[in-house]
Amino acid sequence: MSAAYVTKSPWVVHYDGSSCNGCDIEVLACLTPMYDVERFGIINCGNPKHADVFLVTGSVNEQNKGIVKQIYEQMPEPKVVVAVGICACSGGIFKDCYNVMGGVDQVIPVDAYVPGCAARPEAIIDAVVKGLGVLQAKRDAMVKAVEAPAEEAAEAAAEEVATEEKKAVAVPPIFTMAEIKVNTMDFLKK
Amino acid sequence: MAKRTIVPFGPQHPVLPEPIHLDLVLEDETVVEAIPSIGYIHRGLEKLCEIKDFEQMVYVVERICGICSFGHGWGACASMEGALGVEIPERAEYLRTILHELGRVHSHLLWLGLMADGFGFESLFNHCWRIRETVLDLFEKNTGGRVVFSICKPGGMRKDISNENLQEMVRILNGLKAEIKEITDVFIEDSSVKNRMTGVGVLTKEEAMELCAVGPTVRGSGVRQDIRLTGDHGVYKELGFEPCVEEAGDCMARTVVRIREIFQSIELIEKAVEMIPDGPVDVKVPKKVEGEFAIRLEQPRGEAFYYAKGQGTKFLKRMRVRTPTNINIPALVKMLAGADLADVPILVLTIDPCISCTER
Repeated sequence: MSAAYVTKSPWVVHYDGSSCNGCDIEVLACLTPMYDVERFGIINCGNPKHADVFLVTGSVNEQNKGIVKQIYEQMPEPKVVVAVGICACSGGIFKDCYNVMGGVDQVIPVDAYVPGCAARPEAIIDAVVKGLGVLQAKRDAMVKAVEAPAEEAAEAAAEEVATEEKKAVAVPPIFTMAEIKVNTMDFLKK
Repeated sequence: MAKRTIVPFGPQHPVLPEPIHLDLVLEDETVVEAIPSIGYIHRGLEKLCEIKDFEQMVYVVERICGICSFGHGWGACASMEGALGVEIPERAEYLRTILHELGRVHSHLLWLGLMADGFGFESLFNHCWRIRETVLDLFEKNTGGRVVFSICKPGGMRKDISNENLQEMVRILNGLKAEIKEITDVFIEDSSVKNRMTGVGVLTKEEAMELCAVGPTVRGSGVRQDIRLTGDHGVYKELGFEPCVEEAGDCMARTVVRIREIFQSIELIEKAVEMIPDGPVDVKVPKKVEGEFAIRLEQPRGEAFYYAKGQGTKFLKRMRVRTPTNINIPALVKMLAGADLADVPILVLTIDPCISCTER
């Protein structure tokens, strides 16, 4: 599904890994009247449990990798991670520093990268809107994974093995089946 | 005595975009003690001077902080120029002063917005940042960057800014004055804002001096202290600079200092553009650094210190930066003791914390 037709309003949570502030203020600048991401229904919220999109600026280090991971794990499925700025992509100019481990993808899976030092607001908005496409694809995969067993229950027992394989294909590798069922049922109830 | 509880504040919190961690020791709703812990964004960039030569090091130091990046670039260049024994042309000194003051306008507008967001005045936040975009456009037009400019280099400026562009800058800033006044009047006169800030987080003159506070934090407590007065950087002496000082020492006083500094910076830019001489903007510098040099600079957040030491090669032996927020943290801890839990966000904001400066 194209991002242009996403009907849900994605909420964003932002965390500053070890950035220089430049990308953070550009993320905030996206919210203000000049760039105004609220026209896409995007709201910046402080609570990871409300958020669909995780914006990380700056690289990870020993002290904050646990926090980045924790925020990621607290977010409900489906979720999208956007690495904002070259530091979040690879470490950037600080790559050789002793306290920089590298890009955010060392700790959590990243769906969209925004290079730039500092990343421009236009680029950040573009990445978030692209991330919405990924979000929709993940949501579709989750719905499919839950619906698939119901349809196939009526089918012959001999086909069960094949169904198992089909389910395995439909699920993105980062989720376990049990998690998806639980999360999707919660999601559908809402 | 009520039971004590410890509430962790941060590192991920909605007050400001950066991770600061405080352990707040509470007795009911009152903060008894605040224990700060830092280190979430430490990168260790001073050590990069071993693998980046002194000209590349300017880019690194500029990226200490994305808000006061011009000042950091200037400080790094000035300390290296001192170590190299180079005098920069007068026009470059004027251009640096102009851009530094423009940076102060943008930094203070940004802070006013964050403060408004801190006490829950969402529309005021948006107005502050809307005006700030005009200043960023000026930066982009004249230096090429919105956040990090890289226009300073050891020996002067990387490029000249034409007199027409400078006059346009003054014209646009003068046009902004009315808009800035409109929003800053809300900070000073609105009763709900007054209720949140007047008498909150009082730092007396003695305390401010004892805790070595710097920048608007100390000037809000009635101390006439500003590194621009010393005249060892920029052309502030020629411009006839006098710092803005408020006596009350509360959040309101510090806000008023910053508001007055916005208008003062615009005036300084106007004067500097009138007085700026023509001429070259850079000189050739030696390829190897020997000797050492230290310089202090007044950043939007207060006094910053830069030290460069050469070792006879193109690599520096040591690059040291001391930043204002680091020095203001004791004052913050002092203000937090005895405050209400609900006031913690605005007290954290009142020193204009820049955590990436603090931890580097």
